[in-house]
Amino acid sequence: MKSIDPITAPSTSTNPIRTAIQEAIADNRVILFMKGTPEMPQCGFSRRTVSALQALDATFAAVDVLPDPRIRQELSALSNWPTIPQLFVDGELIGGCDIVTEMYESGELAQVLGVEDTGDGAPALHMPEESVGGLQIENRLG
Amino acid sequence: MLAVMPTAEELKQRIEAAIPGARAEVEDYTGGGDHFRATVVAQTFAGHSRIEQHRLVYDVFGAEIGGPIHALSLKTEVG
Repeated sequence: MKSIDPITAPSTSTNPIRTAIQEAIADNRVILFMKGTPEMPQCGFSRRTVSALQALDATFAAVDVLPDPRIRQELSALSNWPTIPQLFVDGELIGGCDIVTEMYESGELAQVLGVEDTGDGAPALHMPEESVGGLQIENRLG
Repeated sequence: MLAVMPTAEELKQRIEAAIPGARAEVEDYTGGGDHFRATVVAQTFAGHSRIEQHRLVYDVFGAEIGGPIHALSLKTEVG
């Protein structure tokens, strides 16, 4: 899991935030735009979505949209989706909390992420009080 | 465009008016008038991915999502 800060991307384009978002989506196979961080989600929907990814022990990048309202605006314009969180896999919008949770429960999320299915069925999501999973290298754009 | 907090009943009616053949159940799950849960069943969802089905419902409300409608949790089904 790594955190990305699109605000520090180099401003070579007329819309650096949009460019940074596009690059982040292209450069990371699994990327979650959320409120807060995986260690400290700032909203229940984001927390729930992160839980699903962590329950599958998936590798993913995370972008906190809270530091700058432009991130959310540009992201929604790009993805044509109004809410946060947004999960992208292989450059494609998979969905928000509702869809990700549904796919987690059906086993589809494991398939889409390419993680191993333990065959025991998806364990019920619980909301961890502390962070789960190791924090890998922080990767800042620019 | 709504100027005041919508009710679950209003949201249901708007969804059913905008999506042909849809049946919607909408619940205000905090009682505060801004966090809703909707289940929408429509034949026209057939052949669409979940994302596309949810977009069809979000499009009914446009810019109100995140505004007067702070949260709209969706479940869509073909039927």
